[in-house]
Amino acid sequence: MVENTGISDIVKDENLVYQKTKVLTDKVMHYCPGCGHGTAHRLIAEVIEEMDIQAGTIGVTPVGCAVLMYNYLDIDMQEAAHGRAPAVATAIKRLMPDKYVFTYQGDGDLAAIGTAETIHACNRGENIAVFFINNGIYGMTGGQMAPTTLSGMKSSTSPYGRDVQMMGNPLKMTELVAQLPGTWYVTRQAVHTPASVRKAKKAIRQAFENQKLKKGLSLVEIVSNCNSGWKMSPVEANKWMVENMFPFYPPGDIKLEGKMVGKE
Amino acid sequence: MAKSKGSIIVDKERCKGCEICVLACPTGVISLAREVNSKGYHFAYMENPEACTGCTNCAVVCPDGVITVYRKKVNA
Repeated sequence: MVENTGISDIVKDENLVYQKTKVLTDKVMHYCPGCGHGTAHRLIAEVIEEMDIQAGTIGVTPVGCAVLMYNYLDIDMQEAAHGRAPAVATAIKRLMPDKYVFTYQGDGDLAAIGTAETIHACNRGENIAVFFINNGIYGMTGGQMAPTTLSGMKSSTSPYGRDVQMMGNPLKMTELVAQLPGTWYVTRQAVHTPASVRKAKKAIRQAFENQKLKKGLSLVEIVSNCNSGWKMSPVEANKWMVENMFPFYPPGDIKLEGKMVGKE
Repeated sequence: MAKSKGSIIVDKERCKGCEICVLACPTGVISLAREVNSKGYHFAYMENPEACTGCTNCAVVCPDGVITVYRKKVNA
């Protein structure tokens, strides 16, 4: 190397290429190390910063691990009763149609107690964005079986693995709501590698942009890990997610511009 | 050819040592420190700073947003 460049020469304001967005507050997130919630929060915050809509965005938080999301995003937020985030977001969007409204829900919130609200908000085609974090388990309450728990997957209430004969089949909410005429954009993403994070960010941006079109609801599922609930290290949990979650919950677009992908 | 050299600053106190950045780094720059921060986590640091290209992969995957990336073009 001709030029000897030390760290002090590189760490200068003019060379800055990436830093935490200002839309995220400086509070330390309470999430476990390696949890996908943190990454998903940051992506939403970055999209809000890029679109310059910090003052015009209202988020609706769920019950679950992400219940304290309002501490981490420096925007207007409303806490909803368990599962009722799409109903609350419907009201906010109808009263303030110029605001960007999103809900952020886990699988216990969106796919269990809030199934009715989710399906009806999707069917009515409310102009909101729904971000659905699917880790296949009830993370906050101690890793119990959720509707999205995979067949054979161990949880604290299915210690021998989920028996579909007795406990029913795992629920693919994203495919389910894609069938409804009210949804405009339905996609499934992940946040475990740099490439997947960049793709997920594009999907989140699309979900916000779609609100200008007033054509229907955008739902972005993010398949995530729950290393504490799965009892693995963060790196092992991501590997397990790729090997076990992705075959059943394959990442990719399911519905684009109101049309199912792969079907005419 | 112009090459890029990079550097990262890790907010040690906020880092939870999840190791996801270590795997995301294409040039093997990052390792977890032997010492711990005040919460007891082995935080990430630049073990091999010369190899950093400032690609931002580590910062992009960091769940806690603790990594700041700097990049400078150098003539090699």
